[in-house]
Amino acid sequence: MAEITLQLLMLQLLTGLALGAVYALLAIGLSLIFGMLTVVNFAHGAFFMVGAFLGVYFLTVTGSFWFSLVLTPTAVGAIGLLCERFLVRPLYGRGIDYPLLLTFGLSYVMVEAMRVIFGIDGVPTSTPSELRGVVNVGFGMFPLYRLFLIAATAVIVLALWLFIEKTRYGLIIRAGSRDNEIVRVLGIDISKIWLLVFGLGTAIAGLSGLLAAPTRAVNPEMGIPVLAESFVVTVVGGMGSLVGAVVAGLLVGVVFSMTSLFAPEYAELSIFVLMAVVLLVRPQGLFGKAGLMG
Amino acid sequence: MLKFDVFTLGRARTMSMLNVEKLNAWYDRSHVVQNLTFHVEPGEVVTLMGRNGAGKTTTLRTIMGLLEKCTGNVSFDAQQMLGKPAHIRFHSGLAYVPEDRRIVAGLTVRENLQLGLIASAARAHTNAMIEEIAQTFPRLKERLNQEATSLSGGEQQMLAIARAMMAKPKMILLDEPSEGVMPVLVDEMFELFSRMKNQGTTILLVEQNVERALSISDRAYILDQGRIVHEGRAADLLADDEIQQKYCAV
Ligand SMILES: Nc1ncnc2c1ncn2[C@@H]1O[C@H](COP(=O)(O)OP(=O)(O)O)[C@@H](O)[C@H]1O
Ligand SMILES: [Mg+2]
Repeated sequence: MAEITLQLLMLQLLTGLALGAVYALLAIGLSLIFGMLTVVNFAHGAFFMVGAFLGVYFLTVTGSFWFSLVLTPTAVGAIGLLCERFLVRPLYGRGIDYPLLLTFGLSYVMVEAMRVIFGIDGVPTSTPSELRGVVNVGFGMFPLYRLFLIAATAVIVLALWLFIEKTRYGLIIRAGSRDNEIVRVLGIDISKIWLLVFGLGTAIAGLSGLLAAPTRAVNPEMGIPVLAESFVVTVVGGMGSLVGAVVAGLLVGVVFSMTSLFAPEYAELSIFVLMAVVLLVRPQGLFGKAGLMG
Repeated sequence: MLKFDVFTLGRARTMSMLNVEKLNAWYDRSHVVQNLTFHVEPGEVVTLMGRNGAGKTTTLRTIMGLLEKCTGNVSFDAQQMLGKPAHIRFHSGLAYVPEDRRIVAGLTVRENLQLGLIASAARAHTNAMIEEIAQTFPRLKERLNQEATSLSGGEQQMLAIARAMMAKPKMILLDEPSEGVMPVLVDEMFELFSRMKNQGTTILLVEQNVERALSISDRAYILDQGRIVHEGRAADLLADDEIQQKYCAV
Protein backbone atom coordinates (compact mmCIF):
# COMPACT_ATOMS: atom_id res chain seq x y z
CA MET A 1 0.00 0.00 0.00
CA ALA A 2 1.31 3.38 -0.98
CA GLU A 3 2.34 5.69 1.76
CA ILE A 4 -0.39 8.12 2.72
CA THR A 5 0.84 11.65 2.37
CA LEU A 6 -0.91 14.95 2.87
CA GLN A 7 -0.79 15.45 -0.88
CA LEU A 8 -2.55 12.18 -1.46
CA LEU A 9 -5.20 13.11 1.11
CA MET A 10 -5.78 16.45 -0.58
CA LEU A 11 -6.08 14.84 -3.99
CA GLN A 12 -8.46 12.24 -2.62
CA LEU A 13 -10.50 15.04 -1.05
CA LEU A 14 -10.78 16.70 -4.45
CA THR A 15 -11.79 13.38 -5.99
CA GLY A 16 -14.44 13.12 -3.31
CA LEU A 17 -15.74 16.59 -4.12
CA ALA A 18 -15.97 15.69 -7.82
CA LEU A 19 -17.95 12.57 -6.93
CA GLY A 20 -20.01 14.56 -4.44
CA ALA A 21 -20.83 17.16 -7.09
CA VAL A 22 -22.73 14.52 -9.03
CA TYR A 23 -24.49 13.38 -5.85
CA ALA A 24 -25.42 16.97 -5.07
CA LEU A 25 -27.02 17.47 -8.48
CA LEU A 26 -28.96 14.25 -8.17
CA ALA A 27 -30.19 15.12 -4.71
CA ILE A 28 -31.21 18.62 -5.79
CA GLY A 29 -33.48 17.13 -8.44
CA LEU A 30 -34.96 14.62 -5.99
CA SER A 31 -35.45 17.32 -3.38
CA LEU A 32 -37.07 19.78 -5.75
CA ILE A 33 -39.53 17.18 -6.94
CA PHE A 34 -40.29 15.90 -3.47
CA GLY A 35 -40.53 19.38 -1.95
CA MET A 36 -42.99 20.59 -4.55
CA LEU A 37 -45.00 17.55 -5.57
CA THR A 38 -44.45 15.23 -2.57
CA VAL A 39 -43.51 12.62 -5.15
CA VAL A 40 -40.65 10.33 -4.19
CA ASN A 41 -39.17 9.85 -7.62
CA PHE A 42 -37.94 6.27 -7.79
CA ALA A 43 -37.10 6.78 -11.47
CA HIS A 44 -34.48 9.40 -10.62
CA GLY A 45 -31.61 6.96 -11.13
CA ALA A 46 -33.14 5.91 -14.43
CA PHE A 47 -33.30 9.53 -15.63
CA PHE A 48 -29.63 9.78 -14.65
CA MET A 49 -28.86 6.68 -16.67
CA VAL A 50 -30.81 7.90 -19.71
CA GLY A 51 -28.89 11.18 -19.41
CA ALA A 52 -25.61 9.28 -19.55
CA PHE A 53 -26.69 7.33 -22.65
CA LEU A 54 -28.11 10.36 -24.44
CA GLY A 55 -25.05 12.38 -23.46
CA VAL A 56 -22.79 9.87 -25.17
CA TYR A 57 -25.19 9.60 -28.10
CA PHE A 58 -25.42 13.35 -28.69
CA LEU A 59 -21.66 13.65 -28.30
CA THR A 60 -21.17 11.04 -31.00
CA VAL A 61 -23.78 12.51 -33.34
CA THR A 62 -22.90 16.18 -33.02
CA GLY A 63 -19.24 15.68 -32.28
CA SER A 64 -19.43 18.41 -29.67
CA PHE A 65 -19.48 17.92 -25.93
CA TRP A 66 -20.98 21.39 -25.54
CA PHE A 67 -23.93 20.66 -27.81
CA SER A 68 -24.48 17.49 -25.86
CA LEU A 69 -24.39 19.50 -22.66
CA VAL A 70 -27.39 21.45 -23.90
CA LEU A 71 -29.27 18.74 -25.78
CA THR A 72 -29.10 16.05 -23.10
CA PRO A 73 -30.84 17.83 -20.22
CA THR A 74 -33.36 19.20 -22.72
CA ALA A 75 -34.20 15.73 -23.99
CA VAL A 76 -34.28 14.11 -20.55
CA GLY A 77 -36.34 17.01 -19.18
CA ALA A 78 -38.77 16.55 -22.08
CA ILE A 79 -39.15 12.88 -21.17
CA GLY A 80 -39.74 14.02 -17.59
CA LEU A 81 -42.43 16.46 -18.71
CA LEU A 82 -44.24 13.72 -20.61
CA CYS A 83 -44.02 11.36 -17.64
CA GLU A 84 -45.45 13.95 -15.25
CA ARG A 85 -48.20 15.04 -17.60
CA PHE A 86 -49.46 11.62 -18.62
CA LEU A 87 -48.37 9.21 -15.88
CA VAL A 88 -47.79 10.97 -12.55
CA ARG A 89 -50.49 13.63 -12.80
CA PRO A 90 -53.47 11.27 -12.73
CA LEU A 91 -52.20 9.99 -9.37
CA TYR A 92 -52.15 13.26 -7.43
CA GLY A 93 -54.35 13.30 -4.39
CA ARG A 94 -54.14 9.53 -3.96
CA GLY A 95 -51.37 9.37 -1.39
CA ILE A 96 -47.64 9.18 -1.64
CA ASP A 97 -47.37 5.47 -2.49
CA TYR A 98 -49.08 5.66 -5.90
CA PRO A 99 -46.54 7.90 -7.63
CA LEU A 100 -43.81 6.01 -5.79
CA LEU A 101 -44.89 2.70 -7.31
CA LEU A 102 -45.44 4.32 -10.67
CA THR A 103 -41.96 5.83 -10.84
CA PHE A 104 -40.51 2.54 -9.61
CA GLY A 105 -42.17 0.78 -12.54
CA LEU A 106 -41.14 3.57 -14.86
CA SER A 107 -37.50 3.05 -13.96
CA TYR A 108 -37.72 -0.57 -15.16
CA VAL A 109 -39.30 0.57 -18.41
CA MET A 110 -36.47 3.04 -18.95
CA VAL A 111 -33.79 0.45 -18.17
CA GLU A 112 -35.39 -1.99 -20.58
CA ALA A 113 -35.76 0.69 -23.25
CA MET A 114 -32.04 1.46 -23.07
CA ARG A 115 -31.22 -2.25 -23.27
CA VAL A 116 -33.31 -2.47 -26.43
CA ILE A 117 -31.89 0.68 -28.00
CA PHE A 118 -28.24 0.54 -26.98
CA GLY A 119 -27.73 -3.10 -26.01
CA ILE A 120 -27.17 -4.70 -22.62
CA ASP A 121 -23.46 -3.96 -22.52
CA GLY A 122 -23.91 -0.24 -22.59
CA VAL A 123 -21.80 2.16 -24.58
CA PRO A 124 -18.12 3.05 -24.32
CA THR A 125 -17.34 6.49 -23.03
CA SER A 126 -14.37 8.73 -23.09
CA THR A 127 -13.52 12.09 -21.68
CA PRO A 128 -14.29 14.87 -24.17
CA SER A 129 -11.05 15.77 -25.93
CA GLU A 130 -10.96 19.37 -24.75
CA LEU A 131 -11.19 18.23 -21.11
CA ARG A 132 -8.59 15.47 -21.17
CA GLY A 133 -5.35 15.50 -19.27
CA VAL A 134 -4.27 16.60 -15.84
CA VAL A 135 -3.59 19.96 -14.30
CA ASN A 136 -1.40 21.03 -11.44
CA VAL A 137 -3.64 22.01 -8.56
CA GLY A 138 -0.79 23.09 -6.29
CA PHE A 139 -0.50 19.89 -4.30
CA GLY A 140 -0.34 17.51 -7.22
CA MET A 141 -1.70 16.62 -10.61
CA PHE A 142 -5.47 16.24 -10.90
CA PRO A 143 -7.64 15.18 -13.87
CA LEU A 144 -8.96 18.25 -15.66
CA TYR A 145 -12.34 16.60 -16.25
CA ARG A 146 -12.96 16.16 -12.53
CA LEU A 147 -12.16 19.80 -11.94
CA PHE A 148 -14.60 20.64 -14.69
CA LEU A 149 -17.19 18.48 -12.91
CA ILE A 150 -16.82 20.51 -9.74
CA ALA A 151 -16.91 23.83 -11.59
CA ALA A 152 -19.90 22.82 -13.74
CA THR A 153 -21.80 21.78 -10.62
CA ALA A 154 -20.98 25.07 -8.95
CA VAL A 155 -22.32 26.94 -11.98
CA ILE A 156 -25.50 24.85 -12.11
CA VAL A 157 -26.11 25.24 -8.37
CA LEU A 158 -25.57 29.00 -8.61
CA ALA A 159 -27.92 29.30 -11.59
CA LEU A 160 -30.52 27.26 -9.78
CA TRP A 161 -30.13 29.33 -6.65
CA LEU A 162 -30.61 32.54 -8.63
CA PHE A 163 -33.64 31.02 -10.34
CA ILE A 164 -35.23 30.03 -7.04
CA GLU A 165 -34.32 33.11 -5.04
CA LYS A 166 -34.61 35.85 -7.61
CA THR A 167 -37.23 34.96 -10.17
CA ARG A 168 -40.99 34.97 -10.17
CA TYR A 169 -41.15 31.22 -10.81
CA GLY A 170 -38.68 30.69 -8.00
CA LEU A 171 -40.93 32.55 -5.60
CA ILE A 172 -43.90 30.47 -6.72
CA ILE A 173 -41.84 27.30 -6.17
CA ARG A 174 -40.71 28.39 -2.70
CA ALA A 175 -44.24 29.33 -1.68
CA GLY A 176 -45.88 26.36 -3.35
CA SER A 177 -43.55 23.83 -1.78
CA ARG A 178 -44.68 25.06 1.63
CA ASP A 179 -48.32 25.62 0.92
CA ASN A 180 -49.76 24.80 -2.47
CA GLU A 181 -53.28 25.85 -1.48
CA ILE A 182 -52.39 29.48 -0.90
CA VAL A 183 -50.68 29.81 -4.27
CA ARG A 184 -53.76 28.29 -5.88
CA VAL A 185 -56.12 30.81 -4.31
CA LEU A 186 -53.73 33.55 -5.40
CA GLY A 187 -54.27 32.56 -9.00
CA ILE A 188 -51.49 30.09 -9.76
CA ASP A 189 -52.31 27.06 -11.86
CA ILE A 190 -50.35 24.70 -9.63
CA SER A 191 -50.43 21.84 -12.13
CA LYS A 192 -48.24 23.90 -14.48
CA ILE A 193 -45.74 24.49 -11.69
CA TRP A 194 -45.65 20.79 -10.84
CA LEU A 195 -45.04 20.01 -14.50
CA LEU A 196 -42.23 22.55 -14.66
CA VAL A 197 -40.58 21.28 -11.47
CA PHE A 198 -40.73 17.64 -12.54
CA GLY A 199 -39.21 18.61 -15.88
CA LEU A 200 -36.52 20.65 -14.17
CA GLY A 201 -35.68 17.93 -11.63
CA THR A 202 -35.40 15.23 -14.28
CA ALA A 203 -33.41 17.53 -16.59
CA ILE A 204 -30.87 18.00 -13.79
CA ALA A 205 -30.77 14.22 -13.27
CA GLY A 206 -30.08 13.79 -16.98
CA LEU A 207 -27.38 16.43 -16.87
CA SER A 208 -25.69 14.73 -13.94
CA GLY A 209 -25.78 11.46 -15.90
CA LEU A 210 -24.02 13.14 -18.80
CA LEU A 211 -21.45 14.75 -16.50
CA ALA A 212 -20.76 11.50 -14.67
CA ALA A 213 -20.57 9.37 -17.84
CA PRO A 214 -16.83 9.79 -18.52
CA THR A 215 -16.03 8.76 -14.95
CA ARG A 216 -17.95 5.49 -14.88
CA ALA A 217 -19.34 2.67 -16.99
CA VAL A 218 -22.43 3.62 -18.96
CA ASN A 219 -24.85 0.71 -18.94
CA PRO A 220 -28.59 0.32 -18.41
CA GLU A 221 -28.18 -0.67 -14.74
CA MET A 222 -25.93 2.23 -13.76
CA GLY A 223 -28.85 4.16 -12.28
CA ILE A 224 -29.72 1.56 -9.67
CA PRO A 225 -26.93 2.18 -7.16
CA VAL A 226 -27.12 5.88 -8.00
CA LEU A 227 -30.75 5.99 -6.88
CA ALA A 228 -29.85 4.48 -3.50
CA GLU A 229 -26.94 6.89 -3.10
CA SER A 230 -29.13 9.88 -3.99
CA PHE A 231 -31.60 8.83 -1.32
CA VAL A 232 -28.76 8.63 1.18
CA VAL A 233 -27.74 12.16 0.26
CA THR A 234 -31.29 13.46 0.47
CA VAL A 235 -31.83 11.86 3.85
CA VAL A 236 -28.50 13.17 5.18
CA GLY A 237 -29.19 16.68 3.86
CA GLY A 238 -32.85 16.77 4.82
CA MET A 239 -35.68 16.01 2.42
CA GLY A 240 -36.68 19.11 0.47
CA SER A 241 -33.68 21.26 1.36
CA LEU A 242 -31.51 22.51 -1.51
CA VAL A 243 -28.66 23.64 0.70
CA GLY A 244 -28.87 20.27 2.42
CA ALA A 245 -28.65 18.50 -0.94
CA VAL A 246 -25.45 20.33 -1.86
CA VAL A 247 -23.72 20.00 1.51
CA ALA A 248 -24.73 16.36 1.96
CA GLY A 249 -23.82 15.53 -1.63
CA LEU A 250 -20.29 16.82 -1.16
CA LEU A 251 -20.05 15.20 2.27
CA VAL A 252 -21.13 11.81 0.98
CA GLY A 253 -18.70 12.09 -1.93
CA VAL A 254 -15.81 12.91 0.41
CA VAL A 255 -16.69 10.17 2.89
CA PHE A 256 -16.87 7.66 0.05
CA SER A 257 -13.57 8.64 -1.47
CA MET A 258 -11.72 8.89 1.86
CA THR A 259 -12.96 5.48 2.89
CA SER A 260 -11.84 4.03 -0.42
CA LEU A 261 -8.37 5.35 0.29
CA PHE A 262 -8.06 3.62 3.66
CA ALA A 263 -10.43 0.68 3.35
CA PRO A 264 -11.77 0.35 -0.19
CA GLU A 265 -13.95 -2.64 0.68
CA TYR A 266 -15.94 -0.46 3.08
CA ALA A 267 -16.46 2.51 0.75
CA GLU A 268 -19.98 1.50 -0.28
CA LEU A 269 -20.88 0.80 3.31
CA SER A 270 -19.42 4.02 4.67
CA ILE A 271 -22.08 6.28 3.21
CA PHE A 272 -24.85 4.17 4.73
CA VAL A 273 -23.06 4.35 8.07
CA LEU A 274 -22.95 8.12 7.63
CA MET A 275 -26.67 8.11 6.97
CA ALA A 276 -27.37 6.00 10.05
CA VAL A 277 -25.30 8.31 12.23
CA VAL A 278 -27.03 11.43 10.88
CA LEU A 279 -30.44 9.81 11.36
CA LEU A 280 -29.60 8.99 14.97
CA VAL A 281 -28.34 12.46 15.77
CA ARG A 282 -30.61 14.55 13.56
CA PRO A 283 -33.54 12.50 12.25
CA GLN A 284 -34.73 15.37 10.03
CA GLY A 285 -31.35 15.50 8.26
CA LEU A 286 -28.66 18.15 8.49
CA PHE A 287 -30.82 20.91 6.99
CA GLY A 288 -34.23 19.36 7.37
CA LYS A 289 -35.49 22.08 9.68
CA ALA A 290 -34.13 24.97 7.70
CA GLY A 291 -37.21 24.86 5.53
CA LEU A 292 -38.13 23.18 2.34
CA MET A 293 -36.38 25.36 -0.18
CA GLY A 294 -34.11 27.06 2.34
CA MET B 1 -86.29 39.94 -0.83
CA LEU B 2 -84.59 43.29 -0.52
CA LYS B 3 -82.24 43.93 -3.40
CA PHE B 4 -79.79 46.76 -3.03
CA ASP B 5 -80.54 48.49 -6.28
CA VAL B 6 -78.88 51.60 -5.02
CA PHE B 7 -75.48 50.01 -5.57
CA THR B 8 -76.16 49.06 -9.15
CA LEU B 9 -78.14 52.07 -10.24
CA GLY B 10 -77.87 52.61 -13.96
CA ARG B 11 -77.43 48.95 -14.82
CA ALA B 12 -80.02 47.27 -16.94
CA ARG B 13 -80.87 44.80 -14.21
CA THR B 14 -79.57 43.85 -10.85
CA MET B 15 -77.10 41.01 -10.92
CA SER B 16 -75.78 39.53 -7.72
CA MET B 17 -72.05 39.60 -7.18
CA LEU B 18 -72.23 36.14 -5.66
CA ASN B 19 -75.11 33.77 -6.12
CA VAL B 20 -75.10 30.48 -4.29
CA GLU B 21 -77.84 28.01 -5.07
CA LYS B 22 -78.51 24.68 -3.40
CA LEU B 23 -74.90 24.28 -2.45
CA ASN B 24 -73.90 20.96 -0.86
CA ALA B 25 -70.45 19.90 0.26
CA TRP B 26 -69.02 16.75 1.77
CA TYR B 27 -65.91 15.60 3.59
CA ASP B 28 -65.80 11.93 2.66
CA ARG B 29 -69.30 10.89 3.65
CA SER B 30 -70.10 13.65 6.09
CA HIS B 31 -72.50 16.10 4.51
CA VAL B 32 -71.21 19.35 5.96
CA VAL B 33 -72.92 22.01 3.85
CA GLN B 34 -76.54 21.30 3.07
CA ASN B 35 -78.58 23.01 0.42
CA LEU B 36 -77.36 26.53 1.00
CA THR B 37 -78.96 29.26 -1.06
CA PHE B 38 -77.85 32.83 -0.56
CA HIS B 39 -76.55 35.84 -2.43
CA VAL B 40 -74.33 38.84 -1.99
CA GLU B 41 -74.99 42.00 -3.97
CA PRO B 42 -72.27 44.24 -5.41
CA GLY B 43 -70.87 46.53 -2.74
CA GLU B 44 -72.55 44.68 0.11
CA VAL B 45 -70.95 43.43 3.28
CA VAL B 46 -72.64 40.20 4.34
CA THR B 47 -71.81 38.25 7.48
CA LEU B 48 -72.07 34.49 7.76
CA MET B 49 -72.53 33.60 11.42
CA GLY B 50 -72.91 30.42 13.40
CA ARG B 51 -71.27 28.25 16.00
CA ASN B 52 -68.03 26.43 15.65
CA GLY B 53 -68.52 23.53 13.30
CA ALA B 54 -71.61 25.04 11.67
CA GLY B 55 -69.99 24.83 8.24
CA LYS B 56 -68.89 28.44 7.64
CA THR B 57 -65.31 27.66 6.64
CA THR B 58 -66.46 24.83 4.42
CA THR B 59 -68.92 27.17 2.70
CA LEU B 60 -66.17 29.69 1.91
CA ARG B 61 -63.81 26.97 0.73
CA THR B 62 -66.49 25.57 -1.56
CA ILE B 63 -67.16 29.02 -3.01
CA MET B 64 -63.42 29.35 -3.66
CA GLY B 65 -63.25 25.95 -5.35
CA LEU B 66 -61.18 24.13 -2.75
CA LEU B 67 -63.60 21.35 -1.93
CA GLU B 68 -63.57 18.33 -4.16
CA LYS B 69 -66.97 16.96 -3.39
CA CYS B 70 -69.76 19.45 -3.86
CA THR B 71 -72.94 20.08 -5.85
CA GLY B 72 -75.13 23.08 -6.59
CA ASN B 73 -74.57 26.36 -8.33
CA VAL B 74 -72.11 29.10 -7.52
CA SER B 75 -72.07 32.06 -9.82
CA PHE B 76 -69.77 34.98 -9.32
CA ASP B 77 -70.00 38.22 -11.27
CA ALA B 78 -72.34 36.50 -13.73
CA GLN B 79 -69.96 33.58 -14.37
CA GLN B 80 -70.58 29.97 -13.47
CA MET B 81 -67.96 28.86 -10.96
CA LEU B 82 -68.76 25.33 -9.92
CA GLY B 83 -66.23 22.86 -11.25
CA LYS B 84 -63.72 25.60 -11.98
CA PRO B 85 -60.41 25.39 -10.10
CA ALA B 86 -59.49 27.97 -7.46
CA HIS B 87 -57.02 29.86 -9.62
CA ILE B 88 -59.66 30.53 -12.27
CA ARG B 89 -61.97 31.93 -9.59
CA PHE B 90 -59.18 34.20 -8.41
CA HIS B 91 -58.78 35.55 -11.92
CA SER B 92 -62.50 36.35 -12.05
CA GLY B 93 -61.93 38.74 -9.15
CA LEU B 94 -62.67 36.57 -6.13
CA ALA B 95 -60.21 36.74 -3.22
CA TYR B 96 -60.06 34.46 -0.19
CA VAL B 97 -58.36 34.97 3.15
CA PRO B 98 -58.37 31.59 4.88
CA GLU B 99 -59.05 31.02 8.54
CA ASP B 100 -55.46 30.13 9.40
CA ARG B 101 -54.05 33.06 7.38
CA ARG B 102 -51.62 30.90 5.46
CA ILE B 103 -48.73 33.32 5.65
CA VAL B 104 -45.90 31.52 3.88
CA ALA B 105 -43.03 30.77 6.23
CA GLY B 106 -39.54 31.35 4.91
CA LEU B 107 -40.70 34.31 2.83
CA THR B 108 -40.48 37.98 3.76
CA VAL B 109 -43.48 40.24 4.15
CA ARG B 110 -42.66 41.73 0.75
CA GLU B 111 -42.50 38.31 -0.91
CA ASN B 112 -45.83 37.35 0.62
CA LEU B 113 -47.31 40.53 -0.87
CA GLN B 114 -45.68 39.77 -4.22
CA LEU B 115 -47.52 36.46 -4.25
CA GLY B 116 -50.77 38.42 -4.30
CA LEU B 117 -50.00 39.73 -7.79
CA ILE B 118 -47.71 37.03 -9.08
CA ALA B 119 -50.32 35.43 -11.32
CA SER B 120 -51.91 38.65 -12.54
CA ALA B 121 -51.35 40.61 -15.71
CA ALA B 122 -50.74 43.61 -13.42
CA ARG B 123 -47.67 42.03 -11.85
CA ALA B 124 -45.41 44.53 -13.61
CA HIS B 125 -46.79 47.04 -11.11
CA THR B 126 -46.06 44.90 -8.08
CA ASN B 127 -43.72 47.40 -6.45
CA ALA B 128 -46.08 50.33 -6.97
CA MET B 129 -48.92 48.23 -5.59
CA ILE B 130 -46.87 47.26 -2.52
CA GLU B 131 -46.24 50.97 -1.94
CA GLU B 132 -49.94 51.68 -2.25
CA ILE B 133 -50.92 48.83 0.06
CA ALA B 134 -48.29 49.91 2.57
CA GLN B 135 -50.12 53.23 2.92
CA THR B 136 -53.20 51.33 4.02
CA PHE B 137 -51.21 48.94 6.22
CA PRO B 138 -48.61 51.10 7.98
CA ARG B 139 -47.65 48.21 10.23
CA LEU B 140 -46.50 46.22 7.24
CA LYS B 141 -44.65 49.10 5.69
CA GLU B 142 -41.87 49.10 8.29
CA ARG B 143 -41.56 45.34 8.16
CA LEU B 144 -41.46 44.65 4.43
CA ASN B 145 -38.10 42.91 4.53
CA GLN B 146 -38.75 40.98 7.71
CA GLU B 147 -39.52 37.26 7.78
CA ALA B 148 -43.33 37.20 7.57
CA THR B 149 -43.80 34.67 10.35
CA SER B 150 -41.98 36.98 12.77
CA LEU B 151 -45.04 39.25 12.73
CA SER B 152 -47.61 39.09 15.51
CA GLY B 153 -50.82 37.17 14.89
CA GLY B 154 -52.74 40.35 14.14
CA GLU B 155 -50.08 41.66 11.80
CA GLN B 156 -50.04 38.34 9.97
CA GLN B 157 -53.78 38.65 9.54
CA MET B 158 -53.30 42.16 8.14
CA LEU B 159 -50.68 40.75 5.79
CA ALA B 160 -53.03 38.01 4.64
CA ILE B 161 -55.70 40.61 3.89
CA ALA B 162 -53.21 42.93 2.18
CA ARG B 163 -51.95 40.03 0.07
CA ALA B 164 -55.49 39.21 -1.02
CA MET B 165 -56.12 42.89 -1.86
CA MET B 166 -53.02 43.23 -4.05
CA ALA B 167 -54.92 42.18 -7.16
CA LYS B 168 -57.84 44.54 -6.39
CA PRO B 169 -60.49 41.83 -6.23
CA LYS B 170 -64.15 42.58 -6.78
CA MET B 171 -65.07 40.50 -3.78
CA ILE B 172 -63.25 39.10 -0.80
CA LEU B 173 -64.11 36.14 1.43
CA LEU B 174 -62.79 36.66 4.96
CA ASP B 175 -62.73 33.75 7.41
CA GLU B 176 -62.65 34.89 11.04
CA PRO B 177 -60.15 37.69 10.52
CA SER B 178 -60.31 38.87 14.13
CA GLU B 179 -59.59 35.45 15.66
CA GLY B 180 -56.59 35.61 17.97
CA VAL B 181 -55.95 39.26 17.16
CA MET B 182 -55.37 41.78 19.92
CA PRO B 183 -58.18 44.34 20.43
CA VAL B 184 -56.28 47.39 19.12
CA LEU B 185 -55.67 45.62 15.87
CA VAL B 186 -59.25 44.38 15.69
CA ASP B 187 -60.38 48.02 15.74
CA GLU B 188 -57.96 48.83 12.97
CA MET B 189 -59.13 45.84 11.00
CA PHE B 190 -62.81 46.70 11.13
CA GLU B 191 -62.07 50.29 10.15
CA LEU B 192 -60.24 48.84 7.20
CA PHE B 193 -63.24 46.71 6.24
CA SER B 194 -65.46 49.80 6.31
CA ARG B 195 -63.02 51.59 4.04
CA MET B 196 -62.86 48.60 1.70
CA LYS B 197 -66.64 48.65 1.53
CA ASN B 198 -66.65 52.38 0.78
CA GLN B 199 -64.23 51.75 -2.04
CA GLY B 200 -66.67 49.29 -3.52
CA THR B 201 -65.23 45.92 -2.49
CA THR B 202 -67.91 43.35 -1.83
CA ILE B 203 -67.26 41.38 1.36
CA LEU B 204 -68.48 38.04 2.66
CA LEU B 205 -67.38 37.92 6.27
CA VAL B 206 -67.30 34.97 8.64
CA GLU B 207 -66.94 36.18 12.23
CA GLN B 208 -67.36 35.04 15.81
CA ASN B 209 -67.18 38.66 16.87
CA VAL B 210 -70.85 39.01 16.02
CA GLU B 211 -71.55 42.56 17.15
CA ARG B 212 -68.51 43.94 15.43
CA ALA B 213 -69.31 42.11 12.25
CA LEU B 214 -72.97 43.09 12.19
CA SER B 215 -72.14 46.72 12.83
CA ILE B 216 -70.35 46.97 9.48
CA SER B 217 -72.62 44.59 7.58
CA ASP B 218 -75.68 45.14 5.45
CA ARG B 219 -77.13 41.70 5.92
CA ALA B 220 -76.34 38.42 7.64
CA TYR B 221 -77.07 34.72 7.36
CA ILE B 222 -77.00 32.34 10.30
CA LEU B 223 -75.71 28.87 9.67
CA ASP B 224 -76.42 25.91 11.92
CA GLN B 225 -75.40 22.33 11.22
CA GLY B 226 -74.74 23.12 7.61
CA ARG B 227 -78.04 24.86 6.90
CA ILE B 228 -79.14 28.47 6.79
CA VAL B 229 -81.53 28.87 9.69
CA HIS B 230 -82.00 32.61 9.59
CA GLU B 231 -81.34 35.59 7.41
CA GLY B 232 -81.96 39.25 7.87
CA ARG B 233 -80.73 42.78 7.89
CA ALA B 234 -77.70 43.29 10.05
CA ALA B 235 -79.37 46.04 12.05
CA ASP B 236 -82.31 43.79 12.92
CA LEU B 237 -80.07 40.91 13.98
CA LEU B 238 -77.95 43.23 16.04
CA ALA B 239 -81.03 44.13 18.03
CA ASP B 240 -82.19 40.54 18.35
CA ASP B 241 -80.47 39.12 21.41
CA GLU B 242 -82.54 35.99 21.40
CA ILE B 243 -81.39 34.79 18.02
CA GLN B 244 -77.78 35.72 18.75
CA GLN B 245 -77.98 33.63 21.93
CA LYS B 246 -79.60 30.73 20.16
CA TYR B 247 -77.20 30.30 17.26
CA CYS B 248 -74.06 32.17 17.97
CA ALA B 249 -73.26 31.80 21.66
CA VAL B 250 -70.08 29.78 21.95
N1 LIG C 1 -60.98 18.52 6.65
C1 LIG C 1 -62.09 18.04 7.25
N2 LIG C 1 -62.38 16.72 7.22
C2 LIG C 1 -63.47 16.23 7.79
N3 LIG C 1 -64.38 16.97 8.44
C3 LIG C 1 -64.17 18.29 8.52
C4 LIG C 1 -63.02 18.89 7.92
N4 LIG C 1 -63.06 20.23 8.16
C5 LIG C 1 -64.19 20.44 8.86
N5 LIG C 1 -64.86 19.29 9.08
C6 LIG C 1 -66.14 19.16 9.78
O1 LIG C 1 -67.09 19.87 9.03
C7 LIG C 1 -67.97 20.58 9.89
C8 LIG C 1 -67.96 22.04 9.51
O2 LIG C 1 -66.68 22.58 9.74
P1 LIG C 1 -66.30 24.07 9.39
O3 LIG C 1 -66.78 24.37 8.03
O4 LIG C 1 -64.86 24.22 9.66
O5 LIG C 1 -67.15 24.89 10.45
P2 LIG C 1 -66.99 26.36 10.99
O6 LIG C 1 -66.06 27.10 10.11
O7 LIG C 1 -68.37 26.91 10.96
O8 LIG C 1 -66.48 26.27 12.39
C9 LIG C 1 -67.48 20.31 11.31
O9 LIG C 1 -68.30 19.31 11.84
C10 LIG C 1 -66.09 19.82 11.13
O10 LIG C 1 -65.76 18.92 12.14
MG1 LIG D 1 -64.26 27.99 10.62
